[in-house]
Amino acid sequence: MKLHMESCSNQKEVKQLGLCAPERMKRFRRHGQESQRERIKQELYGFNKTVEHGFPHQPSALGFSPSLQLLAIGTRSGAIKLYGGPGVEFMGLHDENAAVTQVHFLPHQVELVTLLDDNSLHMWTLRAHHGVSELLEIGRFTLTGPPGAPPSVTRVTAVLAHSSGDLLLLGTEGGHVFIVKVPGFRELEERNISLEKVTNGVPEDYGGRRSLEHVESLQENPVNPRQVLIGYGRGLMVIWDLDSQSAVTHIPATQQLESVWWTEDGGHVLSSHSDGSYCRWKVAGDDPQSEQEKSEVPYGEDPQKVNTMPPFLFLSGGMPRASYGDRHCISVIHSKTHVALDFTSRIIDFFVIRDGPYHTGEPSALVVLVEEELVVIDLQTEGWPVIQTPYLVPLHCSAITCSHHVSAIPLKLWERVLSAGALQNTHYSKKPWPMTGGQNLAPDPPQRDLLLTGHEDGTVRFWDASGVCLYPMYKLSTAGVFLTDSDPNDNLNQGTEGEWPPFRKVGCFDPYSDDPRLGIQKIHLCKYSGYLTVAGTAGQILVLELNDEAAEQTVEATVADLLQGQEGFRWKGHTRLEVREEPVTFPPGFQPFALVQCQPPAVVTALTLHSEWKLVTFGTSHGFGLYDYQQKNNVLVRCTLNPSDQLAMEGPLSRVKSIKKSLRQSFRRIRRSRVSLRKHHVNNAAKLQQANARLEAELAEMELAPVQRKIEPRSPDDSFTGLVRTLYFADTFISDSSHNTPSLWAGTNGGSVFAYQLRLPPVERRGEDPVTAHPAKEIQLMHRAPVVGILVLDGHGSPLPEPLEVAHDLARSPDMQGSHSLLVISEEQFKVFTLPKVSAKMKLKLTAIDGSRVRRVGVAWFGSTRTDDYGESGLTVLTNQGDLHVVSLPGVKLQVQYPCIRREDVSGIASCVFTKHGQGFYLISPSEFERFSLSARCVVEPRSLVEVSSETPSTTLPRALPDGASVEPVLQEIQKSLEVDQTVLCRDSFVCVCYRTFLENGTSALAGGNVLSN
Amino acid sequence: MNKHHRVPSNRTLSSVEVKSKFGAEFRRFSLDRSKPGRFDEFYGLLQHVHRIPNVDLLVGYADVHGDLLPINNNDNYHKAISVASPLLRLFLQRKEEADYSAFGTDSLTRPKKTVLAAVLLRPDANRKKPPVIISLPRDFRPVSSIIDVDILPETHRRVRLYKHGQEKPLGFYIRDGSSVRVTPQGLEKVPGIFISRMVPGGLAESTGLLAVNDEVLEVNGIEVQGKSLDQVTDMMIANSHNLIVTVKPANQRNNIIRSSGGGGGAASGSSGRSSDSGASFYGYFTPGAAIVTTPAHIIQNFHPEELESDEDEEDLVIEADGEALPIPRAASASCSMPSLPRYEPHLNLRSTANGALASSTGSLSTVSTPDRGLEGRSLEEDGTLITL
Repeated sequence: MKLHMESCSNQKEVKQLGLCAPERMKRFRRHGQESQRERIKQELYGFNKTVEHGFPHQPSALGFSPSLQLLAIGTRSGAIKLYGGPGVEFMGLHDENAAVTQVHFLPHQVELVTLLDDNSLHMWTLRAHHGVSELLEIGRFTLTGPPGAPPSVTRVTAVLAHSSGDLLLLGTEGGHVFIVKVPGFRELEERNISLEKVTNGVPEDYGGRRSLEHVESLQENPVNPRQVLIGYGRGLMVIWDLDSQSAVTHIPATQQLESVWWTEDGGHVLSSHSDGSYCRWKVAGDDPQSEQEKSEVPYGEDPQKVNTMPPFLFLSGGMPRASYGDRHCISVIHSKTHVALDFTSRIIDFFVIRDGPYHTGEPSALVVLVEEELVVIDLQTEGWPVIQTPYLVPLHCSAITCSHHVSAIPLKLWERVLSAGALQNTHYSKKPWPMTGGQNLAPDPPQRDLLLTGHEDGTVRFWDASGVCLYPMYKLSTAGVFLTDSDPNDNLNQGTEGEWPPFRKVGCFDPYSDDPRLGIQKIHLCKYSGYLTVAGTAGQILVLELNDEAAEQTVEATVADLLQGQEGFRWKGHTRLEVREEPVTFPPGFQPFALVQCQPPAVVTALTLHSEWKLVTFGTSHGFGLYDYQQKNNVLVRCTLNPSDQLAMEGPLSRVKSIKKSLRQSFRRIRRSRVSLRKHHVNNAAKLQQANARLEAELAEMELAPVQRKIEPRSPDDSFTGLVRTLYFADTFISDSSHNTPSLWAGTNGGSVFAYQLRLPPVERRGEDPVTAHPAKEIQLMHRAPVVGILVLDGHGSPLPEPLEVAHDLARSPDMQGSHSLLVISEEQFKVFTLPKVSAKMKLKLTAIDGSRVRRVGVAWFGSTRTDDYGESGLTVLTNQGDLHVVSLPGVKLQVQYPCIRREDVSGIASCVFTKHGQGFYLISPSEFERFSLSARCVVEPRSLVEVSSETPSTTLPRALPDGASVEPVLQEIQKSLEVDQTVLCRDSFVCVCYRTFLENGTSALAGGNVLSN
Repeated sequence: MNKHHRVPSNRTLSSVEVKSKFGAEFRRFSLDRSKPGRFDEFYGLLQHVHRIPNVDLLVGYADVHGDLLPINNNDNYHKAISVASPLLRLFLQRKEEADYSAFGTDSLTRPKKTVLAAVLLRPDANRKKPPVIISLPRDFRPVSSIIDVDILPETHRRVRLYKHGQEKPLGFYIRDGSSVRVTPQGLEKVPGIFISRMVPGGLAESTGLLAVNDEVLEVNGIEVQGKSLDQVTDMMIANSHNLIVTVKPANQRNNIIRSSGGGGGAASGSSGRSSDSGASFYGYFTPGAAIVTTPAHIIQNFHPEELESDEDEEDLVIEADGEALPIPRAASASCSMPSLPRYEPHLNLRSTANGALASSTGSLSTVSTPDRGLEGRSLEEDGTLITL
């Protein structure tokens, strides 16, 4: 053996030496071409994470700037997000991994201050750069107390950004108020309001000398900026004069303070307390002692916050704990009208937007941030309807189970979906979105893109994903087809006459699914024909058609027995969904007309629709089927199950059970040894020790067993080898090289590819003659890795177009002269085969080289940024390491590689979906999609400008510009003047200039400019 | 049957006289030396002339040295015809009764008579030990082996595990761990991948080339440093048909010792001695100091083409007629990852490694001459590698 190997390595050396010279020369020769290729790559590819769609995960703080018309949301992960008018979005992330507890805009400025959980304060600003604003952190600060003081002395509990714009008042847990000059965070020690200073002035009759506790609230007098109100936890409120540094008035409330609000005219203070009461205090004049005007307990205990904007009064919480303690309520009281808005998740904070040029007029909208969504109530329309949000939509109102992206939707389909969606949104307010801050400078999206998300409750939501705002268009529910346990009259507990408190449910976050089997697993939409197919958890496949009218129809169900007589297996999973037999009325929109139910009802793992051939193919862990939705029958059912694969047969529950079982067993074992240990305790000390040692060893084995991985080639007997991973229709040369025929391709988890030749009757007899499928080929990849994608490349090496794409003149017809090739993408390699005779042509190994595996793959067109007419097709690939790759076609060569998702973020990687133009989405939390772009040309990102202007609004507003060419310089002019102005800003005169540019057909014009000044 | 061979021709130089013996029977005929035909035709002819059409035969002939050599393919058939002068002596045996030990190559030491003795007589019962049995060429197959001993540092071992055509499981597990490396900053603990368990009866165990706690350094030429356990697992599984792992054995005492004196003996790894004294002989390659050889010493002399060579997997295609065929290779060669690091990075690594080596050598005052020689040789190796 050794002899053999010796000669072997010698030969190798010779080979090496022989190779080295020509190899090098080749390299030199190729050098010019390579640099050329590098340049093209730079023009084609570029990686950017551009925007986050959806609702921030775990919001923890809310801020609002009336002058900028921007709202800010801080999250528990330390992110800060700013939103203005639709399309105006900014995002920042604190370096510290701490929750944002408070957000305060500096009045009338573009700066804001955040307070984090770790007691650090951060100053952010919106800085204009090349005409686009960026959110930047410009300073950080942590209060330092005197040496030796306990940390509570400097633990910030309340923040007031003073209207002078350069003072920050920080109330602390120790009861002190520190005054800090901003920007720069310079402490003004001499002006601090220490607890001692306040305590000395407290009237003798106020509850002895007990501590006043922490500073709960700091409020500025709206008419006299010299005065601030300090509310202490114990109830006492003090009005402090900043100039004279002395208390003006004491408000001797004795209940634990929850919140304080100073009315507009400065004449009253509202306070809410822990016993569920709120009080109104008159503070007119310099009367040192204020009087209580009114005290009321609206419902019961447990209030949180009180706020008034005459004639409205807003109360958060305050519900009687015993009966409604689990509700999340805001009560709105307006003369005789009284509504308790009942939210589905915890209230974080709320504020009110007011009308008028200076935002001092009538309250127009109530903005409520709850844990899972943002709800805006229109206060000027009868019945206070909800205004639909253009951003921050709760994607996760039911958990997202899958997503599907369709690029470049034809206008006709787009309008039909929009109109179907409009009918569903009649309960929303007609008012425009009240937040108008900033200007959206992003060009109009070049095309209409749809993102479809499937949800656990059986709904499919259609989102307008063309631009920065992911806007809800239409919602489809599939639950109506089936009989489920849920009672349709479930929501009758609200609205009964005379009920007190008068609850009204608002918001759409509803994570509770009636039946998990309804969950949507796969979606495929044909954008040309309007046919949609969706498949779910219990093996149900629905085919739907877009109909502009409501229709009453029965859905015909066909069962596909995927086991094909395989015996000896028992399905232990869920049962099939029961279909409603009577006709069901479907509203306008997508209406189901055909249903296939797989037997066993395992989750559908692959689904494809061919609208030209009117065929749907579907696969589960047991096999795949082909369904003719014109004739409504199964054309083909094929079992892919390996008889020795028990796991696939038993259904999804058995594995969980076995884990449970083994856990239970180990616990039993431990308990037993403990019992035995106790039994023999008195009798035999030696035995006890023995048992003890055994127990310890057992525990150690359980806990300390190192993570190890078995190295074994994949075998045909592995579990779930029969699971169908991908299905593909192609019109190609499957049997001989002169006639192309329709074909169906299926790839499994065990590295098998099945190809069927399809015979379709001529169009005129399509309704009668049967469609037939004949097995044509089977390929078993020797490495047996799961097949995740199959693609046929035409004679030019480009992927075959989608069905009907050529018919609609939207794609070049494929080249049928040259020979086609088959690209099989497994988790480990990309392999190209010739057709019709399958022989390996070339391949790209991925796993063997760097240990990553393909998780997601898509075909994309990459346009060059330099010239409009150059572009390349490529594969966009996401690996299990969270890296994105682009692989060229047809040469299967790796082009670029970017790290994108953390490899531990398994759900993020699993949720990734690619677009046809080199973009993609993945979930960064249950409620947020991150949008990324691999294309250098096709990038969708927010571009917006937010500025504070000086007092003369009419001069700065270019109401009409002669032409678009001057927009850019004008903007820069404005910006420059603003930057100068900021330094000499008068306090009360601010203007927020908001205009939108519409960039259409290369010319841009300013339109619809409006001025909102304060 | 081919009539051409049927009739014995005149004794000319252009023909070969054949004397074929099966059991106790002889047959004589002749063949045209210039047109011997194919082996299968010849085989059919033999069955025909001996009138044993359905008997599987083992065909042997006596060469000029008197050795009994097999004829079982076109090549050795033609060789036999060409060397026959003038008589070709054939010995036919029934396959099931065949005595493989009769075939031999060690001709010079063997008297000529033994050929006949081997065939005609039973082998001596009192012979001291049976000769080494070498199976027929058609039974040869690649086996697991240690490779690249000439270019790897002694502390490392590169093992090629041939799974091909075996029913045995590969049979080992890997785990995370930490190993100590020497860096310019001093000793450093770095994460590493180790073999954690062997499956009894598995290929890995049966070769004896890998052991528990061996540190895995490379998989098929790719360094595993910086890769996660799952990544390395996937790499190994992806390469499982032709798995080449470079390890640093936990037990450094069985290392192959190269001939001393530095230089020259690089290829004599086959004379590997297992010796405990080796530890003291190579001062700083004792297990404790083995860390001197940093991973920079790992040499990649794999040609991607070679890894893609014939033992690479062939997918199975079943066409519509139901016949299974391995997929033939199309003309164009397979391509591997273009970004595969090949030579350039190693130039850098090598130079730093030499630096580390030199400095550590300098710090050891007790370095003996063989060590220096060794160091010199390893530098020479560097040189040759750099030219690659």
